[in-house]
Amino acid sequence: MKIGKEVAGLIKTNIRDYMMYIALVIIMVFFSVKTGGNFVKANNIASLINQAGYVAVLAIGMTLILILRHIDLSIGYLAGFSGAVAAILMTQRHLNVWVAIILVLIMGLLIGLYQGVLVTRLGVPAFVTTLAGMFIFRGLLSMSLQKTGAIIIPDEKFKALSSSFIPDFVQHAAGTDTTHILTLLLGVAAVALLIWSKIRERVNRLKYNFEVVSMPVFIFTLVFMSAIIMVIIRTLAFSKGSRGLPWTAVIVGVVLFAYNYMLNKTRLGRYIYGIGGNDQAAELSGVDVKKVTLFAFCSMSVLAALGGILYTSRIGSATPTAGLGFEMDAIASAYIGGTAVSGGIGKVTNTIIGVLIIMSLTNGMGLMGVDISVQYLVKGIIFIIAVAFDVRTRGKGR
Amino acid sequence: MAEDYILEMKGITKRFPGVLALDNINFKVKRGEIHCLIGENGAGKSTLMKVLSGVWKYGTYEGDIVYNGEIQQFKSISDSEAKGIAIIYQELALIPELSIYENIFFAHEIMGSMGIDWNETIVRAGEALKKVRLNIDPSTKVKALGVGNQQLVEIAKALSKNVKLLILDEPTAALNEDDSANLLGLIRELKEQGVTCIMISHKLKELTAIADTLTILRDGTTVCSLDAHEKPVTEAEIIKHMVGREIENIYPKREKIDIGEVFFEVKNWTVDNPATGRRILDDVSFNVRKGEIVGLQGLMGAGRTECALSVFGNPTGYKIRSGEVFVNGEKKSFPNPKSAIEAGIAYVSEDRKGNGLVLMQDIRYNVTLANLEALQEGLAINENEEIKVVSEFKKSINIKSSSILQKVGQLSGGNQQKVQIAKWLFAKPNILILDEPTRGIDVGAKFEIYSLMNKLVEEGMSIIMISSELPEILGMSDRLYVMSAGKITGELSAEEANEEKVMALAVNS
Repeated sequence: MKIGKEVAGLIKTNIRDYMMYIALVIIMVFFSVKTGGNFVKANNIASLINQAGYVAVLAIGMTLILILRHIDLSIGYLAGFSGAVAAILMTQRHLNVWVAIILVLIMGLLIGLYQGVLVTRLGVPAFVTTLAGMFIFRGLLSMSLQKTGAIIIPDEKFKALSSSFIPDFVQHAAGTDTTHILTLLLGVAAVALLIWSKIRERVNRLKYNFEVVSMPVFIFTLVFMSAIIMVIIRTLAFSKGSRGLPWTAVIVGVVLFAYNYMLNKTRLGRYIYGIGGNDQAAELSGVDVKKVTLFAFCSMSVLAALGGILYTSRIGSATPTAGLGFEMDAIASAYIGGTAVSGGIGKVTNTIIGVLIIMSLTNGMGLMGVDISVQYLVKGIIFIIAVAFDVRTRGKGR
Repeated sequence: MAEDYILEMKGITKRFPGVLALDNINFKVKRGEIHCLIGENGAGKSTLMKVLSGVWKYGTYEGDIVYNGEIQQFKSISDSEAKGIAIIYQELALIPELSIYENIFFAHEIMGSMGIDWNETIVRAGEALKKVRLNIDPSTKVKALGVGNQQLVEIAKALSKNVKLLILDEPTAALNEDDSANLLGLIRELKEQGVTCIMISHKLKELTAIADTLTILRDGTTVCSLDAHEKPVTEAEIIKHMVGREIENIYPKREKIDIGEVFFEVKNWTVDNPATGRRILDDVSFNVRKGEIVGLQGLMGAGRTECALSVFGNPTGYKIRSGEVFVNGEKKSFPNPKSAIEAGIAYVSEDRKGNGLVLMQDIRYNVTLANLEALQEGLAINENEEIKVVSEFKKSINIKSSSILQKVGQLSGGNQQKVQIAKWLFAKPNILILDEPTRGIDVGAKFEIYSLMNKLVEEGMSIIMISSELPEILGMSDRLYVMSAGKITGELSAEEANEEKVMALAVNS
């Protein structure tokens, strides 16, 4: 059978990506069954999205850093510190929410410049630079909250960033289960965009006589991907207790779209892959390796500041322990999402799958009441299996 | 009297994928002699020594190694070391941060009952140093020593392993004259003490001075063995044997074109290596005219690649002491490769995999990397245009691949080289520096690259071709420079150049 052969071939060459999706589906089904369906209920999906938001933002930035064969350990406490600064600016300086957020993002940029300059101009290894950053931001975080202790944020707009939902055309009375029309429309638009871009890509490839998958396989993947989006949208838009699309999803979506575009369509993206793949070749091709690396560190720190804002917004207060271990989740997500440990390869879209795997584990095990120590064990084991599998399949692929 | 041979290598054949590196080589070394091995780059000297020392283990080659009258089957370097064979490479294998005595007994430490016996180690290291006439405290760190003394420490290390057959791979390449003379004296002394020595070198003067026997390799075969005691061997004789091949006519003729004005010129280029402080280029001057192919010949380590890289934006960070670069009569300076590219210079690296290509990316990606500006459209890269231009390159220079989306790492050497050339042609240079453009690629692809070079100069490009293959450089160049030990030792026109003249300049230092 021709299609059978084709599918077997596809599985062979793309096994790494497929395994990731399969793992995610297995994890989600497992938790749905174990929690009696609570895992896939609208309010849990929304809370999963809010929970995953800050990790997703961090992991997207981390993907760039890892492609470049660097690392950034400082992002956890930088995020925590950023949240504290935002809280102080709003509660003690009484700044407007948006002004506070923009100031915090600018602070992130400056911190990124500082770390990036150390790495690129002075040649201090990123591991050392950012480990020092980890100490420094932890110190700054507790220093900034020393007098007040945890700062509770009263501002509703700030908290809304990761606890409220996009508005709808019609006002819903509280507690009623009506369809969230805007969410539904966005879902339909997303599916339409997906189908349009995939068809365009296929037509283009056919025009240049490049290899394409056969029609049945193409249609199947399209239907499959659309179905997944529609299931999520259905849950969020008109299942019991649904309140629409969370703002966090919108923010992550915008960041994801921007970074995906940058990596795939722009010169900067090409340069990032080139430096990660072979920095000497990139340099000899006229790429300014230092400048590109500096950019990646700046983007990472800005995203860490954004992640900190999202996290602080979600828990409604700035605490001295905020940021603990964020970098671990971000790094693990990027690697589980298929970023190569040897650099040069990685996609932010796949990193998001990695984030969903890690955060589904956290969320699901939390729902089941699994002890936190066991949660770490499970995450660590899944992480190492994913990376070992990755290294193995890539070694064969070449 | 039957000769006493410590080593006989009989009918050694070694194949690499697509290449016959050693072709039925016979190599005999008498006990207690200094035996010099000489040949062009790629003649098979190093491969032969790797077979002998067990780097290429038993079973990966054909033929027999008879050492001390017994057939040996070395599976690793430690096997050959156990039999008293030690090899000292050109790149020293010492650990700079450790002391001399730690280095000498590294990996064969003297063990006492409580771990390593450091006192005994220091005493024995002192004895080994005395044997190589090095009067230095054995606890000195190796990094504090000059290259010459480091070389001696390497030999002391070999002696501490009770070596019977010492192999030296270009031991004097990095040494100044005093250090070289000292080392050669030491090798003679070791001979008195009964150590047999095989020495690989490009420096004919020292070879003729020291050798008891000389074996000359060419293209993976033994040309001849000359006994220096029967009748003195002259340099001219060695050069004749080294190059004495028939030039196959594989070089496409190009239309006679009018070569224009000097287009690119480097003057008094002097460069140091900041890591070692050694001078790698000394007052190098050369030029290339419009529509001209200029060859830059020299043996390994002559400084050709360093010369190209230091001119091309100096990405490796050499210390440029003095010198000027002129493009079309205008003085330029290139702080990075980008500025050199913008001035219309392209450098096709000798090391495709190391710094030429991004192997994990596809052909399309690699071809456009050096000139993505040309495809910029708003924020993004115009991918349709990109596919179009890369497809044209694939057709015009005949890159054999399933599609332009194939990963470059999966291509053959010849096709990788074409991708590299396409990449630089896409950057639309006026001056193309080709560094060993045909290394490791098959004859068919070579011919295609030569034809392409002809077409490019006919269109008015200037090409600098760096190569250590004599026939290639003679067959392609309008004019050529020969380098040796960081200096230009001669400039020859195509008419006056021949293999003997070039080789004589290349081994002149």
